[in-house]
Amino acid sequence: MRLPQSTLNTIHGWLLLTPAAVLLVAFTHYPTVATLIQSVFSSGTALRPSVFVGLDNYQMMLDDPVFWKVVGNNLTYASFTIPFSIAIALLMALWVNGKLPLRGVVRMAYFTPTILPMIAVANIWLFFYSPDIGLLDQITRTFGFASTNWLGDADTVLGCIIVLAIWKDAGFFMIFYLAALQALPPDLEEAAKLEGAGRWYFFRKVTFPLLMPTTLFVMINAVINSFKLIDQLFILTKGGPDNASSLLLYYIYEVAFSFFDEAYAATLTVVLLAVLAIIAIGQFVILDKRIHYR
Amino acid sequence: MMKRAKTLLAGVGLAAALGAGAATPASAVDLTMYYPIAVGGPLTGVVDGMVADFMKANPDVKVKAIYAGNYDDARVKALAALKSGQPAQTSVLFSIDIYELIEQDAIVAFDDIVSTAEEKAWLNSFYPGLMENGKTKGKTWGIPFQRSTIVMYYNKDAFKEAGLDPAKPPANWDEMAAMGKKLVKKSGGQVERWGVMVPSTGYPYWMFQAFAMQNGEVLMNSEGNQTYFDKPAVVEALTYWQKLGKDGTMPAGAIEWGTLRQNFVEGKTAMMWHTTGNLSAVKKEAKFDFGVAMLPAKKRLGSPTGGGNFYIFKQTTPEERKAAMRLIKFMTAPEMAAKWSIATGYMGVSPASYETDVLKKYAADFPPAAVARDQLKYGTAELSTYQTGRVRKALNDAIQAVLTGAKEPAAALKEAQGQADRLLKPYR
Repeated sequence: MRLPQSTLNTIHGWLLLTPAAVLLVAFTHYPTVATLIQSVFSSGTALRPSVFVGLDNYQMMLDDPVFWKVVGNNLTYASFTIPFSIAIALLMALWVNGKLPLRGVVRMAYFTPTILPMIAVANIWLFFYSPDIGLLDQITRTFGFASTNWLGDADTVLGCIIVLAIWKDAGFFMIFYLAALQALPPDLEEAAKLEGAGRWYFFRKVTFPLLMPTTLFVMINAVINSFKLIDQLFILTKGGPDNASSLLLYYIYEVAFSFFDEAYAATLTVVLLAVLAIIAIGQFVILDKRIHYR
Repeated sequence: MMKRAKTLLAGVGLAAALGAGAATPASAVDLTMYYPIAVGGPLTGVVDGMVADFMKANPDVKVKAIYAGNYDDARVKALAALKSGQPAQTSVLFSIDIYELIEQDAIVAFDDIVSTAEEKAWLNSFYPGLMENGKTKGKTWGIPFQRSTIVMYYNKDAFKEAGLDPAKPPANWDEMAAMGKKLVKKSGGQVERWGVMVPSTGYPYWMFQAFAMQNGEVLMNSEGNQTYFDKPAVVEALTYWQKLGKDGTMPAGAIEWGTLRQNFVEGKTAMMWHTTGNLSAVKKEAKFDFGVAMLPAKKRLGSPTGGGNFYIFKQTTPEERKAAMRLIKFMTAPEMAAKWSIATGYMGVSPASYETDVLKKYAADFPPAAVARDQLKYGTAELSTYQTGRVRKALNDAIQAVLTGAKEPAAALKEAQGQADRLLKPYR
């Protein structure tokens, strides 16, 4: 007996898909569904088994002042790191795309923060920010300012975290812009010059629109990073003082591995997933329409 | 082709035979043990060496000692191993994990394992101050191994410069405040050297326990279901800590645990409170004459203990429990404890360990090594309750809010106590 060709094709297709599908299900879909289920159960211990609690965990989250604090922190963090890291990346890319001496060295210098592990970098920045003995304090001191406890003050600590994140991200995004810039046909610039367009006009009307696909890609990465990249907190502040620098994912880590409250951690994770999904969909739907693809 | 398959088969057979042959005799016991390292330095080598010594002396027990990261990592790994069906039989875990481990029904009490009179005497051979964190419900669940306490490091050269007697570190709160003020050095409007620094990131509750104890209060009961954050003496303790910052003796805001030692060895503060675990490092790095003293007193002397205890897990056979007991007895025996203390700066866990020749000689040559031991008489358990992570965070947040000027001590501690009450209600 022989199966019809179409059936064989289907089987063949599914077999080809299987490896990817298994990985996707095991590491993406199953954890997502498991998280959703866990979030409506209580955290079980050997002495108190887990029971179904409906939306109790979500109610607890809404009543949790620390949750609102970290959400606020994360929004501040995102609204500074995203635009600044992208803008700086673009500026650096435009600069090192031009003709300048030691171009390779400058490009490498800009890219260095990206290849350093965040934990190592945070250990170095810890000493930059350290009062009295830190680099930052020694510089401000020469201008006659008093010593500042950068990481120990609730008013400055989030700013310190933001600056580090921008420094770390900008070089990475620069590489994408640089690649996109080098792919732009040079005749466009020549044509614009013949027409008498200024540099700013050319950038605004030609370069920037042509870079939009890259900008979308970079922006999605920047948004995800602003929720996902928290390694520096472990070294610099542990979310303190008094949660002033804690971010959503760091709080999830604390709840899961310090408080051992799996259910509440799952609840917070569901919120994080929802936020990221909404942002990603929004970016694709709204921005995609306004982007010019070649 | 056929020949190759045969060779392969023969190989498999041989390997199986070897595997069976390599298995230890029927009487042998295999133990898996996780342990954390929470301070710098090549301490894994020290632990592995001690375990190797044990196996040499006890050929019928095979121990697989696995370094498992910091205290949190070690706890996560040990509990995960338990759930996976490949459990460890014994582990060194954070002494304050005791309630969590009991709630997970993961550990057995040592009282249920010891049988002979000699073993019962062994249970009582440790410093009582170090046993507090291992005891609850009238039973002993943890045996002290890598334990520390807070001491005061001070810069003798700075004392001389400020016209103070370098042989007399502050003995009480008033002296510390007054001397601290004198030790502040300014040039222009800027502070060149602070009087004292007490770290308030990482483990603020630990430092705060010292202040509270000195003012005559502990922060929790031994059942682990009641905290006393808002008692007047506790509020007074936080007010004193806050005042050091307000007076300009200590920098305002939170003080970083990790960089504090650097501040001290660079002379940016004349005194610091820190763990004994830093003793060897300060000894190596400080280019000035420094001293180590007990923390100052208010109503009494006091400091919490900290660090890791040995636990035995419940999912074990009686033979494994006996073997684990032998391992723990070996690792905490006076000679071993002395060796461990010298290598690390952790305390010798029993009075007998300080009676060994090596440790006696070490303490005579380097008196600061004995300060932690002498202070132990005034020690108290490290903050540990059910829901310990959350309760600790409530207190940490309150302390940091006060030190950064966001809240006042009474209000902040009342709030923390309210949170702790809510969390601990189901356990009363």
